[in-house]
Amino acid sequence: MSTILPGEAVPAQHVNLKLGPGLLQLSSADGKSSIISTRAGELNHSANRSRWWIESNARRYVPASQESVIGVVIARSGENWRVDIGAAHMATLDGLAFEGATKRNRPNLKVGSLLYARVSLAHKDMEPELECFDAQTRKAEGFGELKGGFVVHCSLKMCRHLLDPKHFLLPMLGAQFPLETATGLNGRVWINAKEAKTIIAVSRCIEAVDSDGGGMDEASAKHFLGTLDI
Amino acid sequence: MPRPPSPSIPEKEFLYASLKQSLRVDGRNPLEMRSPTLTFGSELGWVECGMGKTRVMAQVDARMVKPPPERPLEGIITIHSELSPMASNEYEVGRPSDEEVTITRMLDKVLRRSDVVDKESLCVLAGQRVWHIRLTIHCLADAGNMLDCACLAGIVALKHFRRPEVEVVGDEVTVHHPLERAPMPLSMHHTPFCLTFAYFPDPSTLPVLDPSHLEQRLSTGLLSVALNAQRELCVVQKAGGIPLTPEEILRIVNIAVEKAKELDKIVETRLREDWAGRTVEVR
Repeated sequence: MSTILPGEAVPAQHVNLKLGPGLLQLSSADGKSSIISTRAGELNHSANRSRWWIESNARRYVPASQESVIGVVIARSGENWRVDIGAAHMATLDGLAFEGATKRNRPNLKVGSLLYARVSLAHKDMEPELECFDAQTRKAEGFGELKGGFVVHCSLKMCRHLLDPKHFLLPMLGAQFPLETATGLNGRVWINAKEAKTIIAVSRCIEAVDSDGGGMDEASAKHFLGTLDI
Repeated sequence: MPRPPSPSIPEKEFLYASLKQSLRVDGRNPLEMRSPTLTFGSELGWVECGMGKTRVMAQVDARMVKPPPERPLEGIITIHSELSPMASNEYEVGRPSDEEVTITRMLDKVLRRSDVVDKESLCVLAGQRVWHIRLTIHCLADAGNMLDCACLAGIVALKHFRRPEVEVVGDEVTVHHPLERAPMPLSMHHTPFCLTFAYFPDPSTLPVLDPSHLEQRLSTGLLSVALNAQRELCVVQKAGGIPLTPEEILRIVNIAVEKAKELDKIVETRLREDWAGRTVEVR
């Protein structure tokens, strides 16, 4: 693990090389290719050196294919919905990209509805596209409209941490009270619980643990949760 | 790029429902401010003010200029405020939003037109030489209630600033370098603080002080009051929104007086601490 700056060469070589976020393959005319970084952060690789990625923190989301995100419906344009996912451009969501949606039976979304969706297309020259189901099985698999609850905005590093099963925060909160969450990789976390007080406690904990906010560790987060009135 | 969308329906419903129970999303009481943090730079008159994640930087500098002929005995104060996309993606370069216009106008009213700085004390030589005090305000991050933060940063910067001492012998003006003679603080009449209250559509919801970004977006009206710790009201601003009764405004002003006293204490303590830690060398 080492710190890397954009433009640096990365010594990644493997027969079955997979590049993750922040890495770019450059190919030259003589058939040779080199890997360079496009972000500043920590360079990581898997044990067998086949997967490489850069771990960094940011606040602005750049869509990447197959990432789950939380978006807000902005407008309807014909068959499609325009969704804000916090990226530089609006994303489009096909009106039929829902479980059980047909020409007659469309999901009833309003402007301002909250969605949990997956980025199905992310290309640097095109607007991102979303889908709310698995295109193969046509099942929702948890995606779709989010009703009730509240959205917390956090840094992109924090929402990746929340998706990590080894991270302490969500198990710690879950041990105290039942809660429902949906984590988008675009720095938005939807939370729902029975009482408003609990939702506020969860949102404050996420903000306190976020390295952009308080940056608390497990012990102080536990203490902080104890001081909240729930 | 279009303006960012208004908050989603679940966010809106949750905020209104929890405000009805007097709960705020960041855990504050309805009439509780985020306590300001003031950071001073190595230069005099350089202040960074933070309220939660809202951050504003203010800087003061002074130049000697010739006064305009219609006001030969007064110094000049100008305020430059800049809201760049750095603060939030809601702001664009070249097209001032309503909020930006409000902030600029309020800064002008609170920091210049309420006669904070004694302009006559800035006169060096009548009709020939006066001080031109320039206050530059940079908004670094917007997490709600940028106006109060900017006003606080501006007033603290003016209080923190010291101008070089000047000696006038006949028509000769000598400006002493800060290293030769201790620089002088600006002569200030009072220290106004701006406090913003947000109102919500449901009349049973009480107003909240120092609204966060989300609360500000979902409010139906903002009432900004600028006053000093001596109970002197400088500016009341309410641009549109729900109508308020005179009793309600008086009630808010009374609350604001208490908050202004608290702020005054914080500012005075911080300025004193900074001054104690600073060694101004005089040869």
